[in-house]
Amino acid sequence: MKALIILSGLGVISLLAEILNFKKRLFPIVLIGLVLAIIMNTLDWGTAVYHYKMMYFDDFAVAFSEIILVIALLWFIMSANYFKEETNLTDHFALILFALAGAIVMVSYANMTMLFIGIEILSLSLYVLAGSRKSDPSSNEAAFKYFLMGSFATGFLLFGITLIYGTTGSFDLREIWAFINVHPNDLPGMFYTGVILMLVGLSFKVSAVPFHFWAPDVYQGAPTVVSAFMATIVKTAAFAAFFRLFQTCFSSLDSVWATIIWVMAGLTLVLGNVTAVYQTSVKRMLAYSSVSHAGYMLLAILAMNSFSSGAILYYSAAYSVATIGAFAVLYLVIYNRGNDSLDSFNGLAKDNPFLAFGMTVAMLSLSGIPPLAGFFAKYYIFTAALQEHYIGLVVIAILSSLVGVYYYFRIIINMYFKTAENTNPIHLETSQKVLIVITVALALAMGLFPDFIIRLL
Amino acid sequence: MITGILIFWPLIAALLLLAVKGEQVKKLAFAASLIEFAVALVAYYQFQLNASTQFGINAPWIASLGINFHVGIDGISLLLVLLTAFLVPVIILSTFGHEYKNATVFYSLILFMQMALIGVFVALDGFLFYIFWELALIPIYFICLLWGGDGRGKITFKFFIYTLSGSLFMLLGLIYLFLHTPGHHSFDIDALYQAGRALGGTAQSFVFWCMFLAFAIKMPIFPFHTWQPDTYTVAPTPGTMLLSGIMLKMGIYGLIRWLLPITPIALHDWGFTAICLSVIGIVYASCIAIVQKDMKRLIAYSSIAHVGLISAGVFSLTAQGLQGAMIQMFSHGINVVGLFFIVEIIAKQTHTREIEKLGGIRSVAPGFAVFFLIVLLGSVALPLTNGFVGEFLLINGVYQYDALTAGFAGLTIILGAVYMLRTYQSVMLGESNAFTAKFIELNNVEKAVLIPLVIMIIAIGVYPKPLLDITEPAVKLLIEKYFISMN
Repeated sequence: MKALIILSGLGVISLLAEILNFKKRLFPIVLIGLVLAIIMNTLDWGTAVYHYKMMYFDDFAVAFSEIILVIALLWFIMSANYFKEETNLTDHFALILFALAGAIVMVSYANMTMLFIGIEILSLSLYVLAGSRKSDPSSNEAAFKYFLMGSFATGFLLFGITLIYGTTGSFDLREIWAFINVHPNDLPGMFYTGVILMLVGLSFKVSAVPFHFWAPDVYQGAPTVVSAFMATIVKTAAFAAFFRLFQTCFSSLDSVWATIIWVMAGLTLVLGNVTAVYQTSVKRMLAYSSVSHAGYMLLAILAMNSFSSGAILYYSAAYSVATIGAFAVLYLVIYNRGNDSLDSFNGLAKDNPFLAFGMTVAMLSLSGIPPLAGFFAKYYIFTAALQEHYIGLVVIAILSSLVGVYYYFRIIINMYFKTAENTNPIHLETSQKVLIVITVALALAMGLFPDFIIRLL
Repeated sequence: MITGILIFWPLIAALLLLAVKGEQVKKLAFAASLIEFAVALVAYYQFQLNASTQFGINAPWIASLGINFHVGIDGISLLLVLLTAFLVPVIILSTFGHEYKNATVFYSLILFMQMALIGVFVALDGFLFYIFWELALIPIYFICLLWGGDGRGKITFKFFIYTLSGSLFMLLGLIYLFLHTPGHHSFDIDALYQAGRALGGTAQSFVFWCMFLAFAIKMPIFPFHTWQPDTYTVAPTPGTMLLSGIMLKMGIYGLIRWLLPITPIALHDWGFTAICLSVIGIVYASCIAIVQKDMKRLIAYSSIAHVGLISAGVFSLTAQGLQGAMIQMFSHGINVVGLFFIVEIIAKQTHTREIEKLGGIRSVAPGFAVFFLIVLLGSVALPLTNGFVGEFLLINGVYQYDALTAGFAGLTIILGAVYMLRTYQSVMLGESNAFTAKFIELNNVEKAVLIPLVIMIIAIGVYPKPLLDITEPAVKLLIEKYFISMN
């Protein structure tokens, strides 16, 4: 809760920075504020406080908030350069901080209205950020598409909440759960419709097939750092919200949603990975990769057992760390070589071995090669799913992760094996070096000692 | 303790090596691998010749999932640890005549690979085994990708995808077993053994095929071999030596340690299928080897044939077959490294590996011809060479299983003699030509590589008892356990 207050306060401070004229000191202030928020959030561990029946900071919420905040810190380090060039600095800071506040609400809600508010706070900020390169038509397209699709999703979600409220007379997750337990067999069709509509709305947010069409265009059009934000923090928050809803409210109704999620997970895994193979733009490829990783996480939701919450927590942490690393390198490559095609990675190993090494570790982790974090994440998800005997789906996941290896390794091969036509050496700033070292170290440390994270939940 | 040193010393050495620049890198890498060999010898002398697992370490690693850092050495492990520790210095020494760019990375990848290989052979926890198994793939992939020959991008990638797909199915099998262990679940080898044996026939078949796929691709067994000839040919010679000398033994070791004891019923049902695949591989690969023009490719196919015989011996489930497999793994490692090194010497001096273009090297380099002949005779299993001991036991084992199959498996010796001796004839004998006229005798480094190999080839051929003694108790125990669980 304290972290949420700090983030909102920081957002307001950033808005004031323009008027009170301390724009130049804003970046360090925000970093310090984030560190403070991380500390305060850690102190909330194990307290499990209900706030006005609206928010519930249990261990699940604190753990996910922690991951969101840490990734946000890494994201700020990655974007330091971007903020130097931006003119509307304060607006950007404020929007990002409010989006973070929305993400925290999404992982800690105890009431459907808070879920809705959290998603809206997050999404509205991102609609603006996606279109923040005003002169670039693709950025405008991204913002418009994101807004339109996002509104649809919100509409579905809201409609679902309404139908569930109509049946149970409550927005409160625990009351709805109690209602389902009291009337297990005589729930009206309206209620089931509501559950499925909410499922659809949340699937939009996590970009699961067939509700993923917005993701590639939006990721590609939006500024790279904003895409990185969407691929990591937004994804984590959306999955946490998804899981929290289905675990606390609808876990006993698995006969309604299990088949739907099974099919969605299978489609997401296959289509996400296969389509990624055909991309020549790395940014777009990472977008499809982000879609495909949603498929793996859906496996954990489908399994809904004692492994699931830990699996989603670990997976989103491992995936976010690797993705931040990949986007940091991509950002530098776009900045120095002008575009994000696969060929722009040619000969990077000769040009800047350090950068190539960082990218290699990120790609190896995303493709799930031990001993990196990405491997253990997949392992844990597979264990969760096999526990519930979803052997067929795990086989699909294994085969599609082989396809995944194909496109991740294409970047590695380009970096080490091909030679670039014109190379101007890429200059790294200290902050960027630090960031890459951190992502590599985290990917390795999390892979070698996964117990520290999975034991949390 | 000693097991920990064996695993982590190459890793530490690999990391230290990264800090070194310049000429000394190869010497330091060689020194590091010699230290590892010395440690392995110490382990050999301290090893009690019985069936127990010794030098064990069992420390919690991922406690909440029942995963432990559990390693230990029994006879079967020890033989392969010795093989790895012996071959890596030889392989490093064989590179002394060659300058690799980015040598620092090259040698630390080799040492990193050694760490993973030793880890595979001593792991006694399913998850740990899997981690080491995959770890071995990364360095060899980069060795082949960065220092390989023409077309390496696609070929090494095919190799990577092939082996990774097998590994992922093995992971599926391991998780399946893990979830069937009692209580709080554990990856410990004994828990997995019990879980596997308690399964019904269908479930065991599922686990069997998941694991078999991984091992069959690694070795490789027909029809999973299609990655192998290209990869062996395109890889730099030290990479080929690592792949053929040590890495393919991971697959056979996996069969013996992680498949035979776990799925006895499935083995009973599918054992004959596996033997048939192995024997088809023997005949098929030998026939293809006969028509090869490139020497490196020829040895690659001959390797498929030899491995086919080893795996047939393993699946015969007889003491002779398994003992033969153990000793033949050791011998094959030595022979194949020797052969690839000889091809490398010829290719370096004549700039070709094509058999038909060469000829008459013996007349210009008689010393070299003697070395080549001894290694070659070891490979075609002439009595009193190391190859004979292994192949004799293997065919004996297969014969006890099924006489007709043994007849087909025995073709490997005849066909092997055909393609090997024919190669020797057209490369070494006759008149020297434009390619071979300026062939220079072996230098001291090359001799230093070949002499230990040749000594081993003859020593094992004449007196194999010390090696057989290492593995015999462990192999007997394995077979006893298997038949107990079948009754």
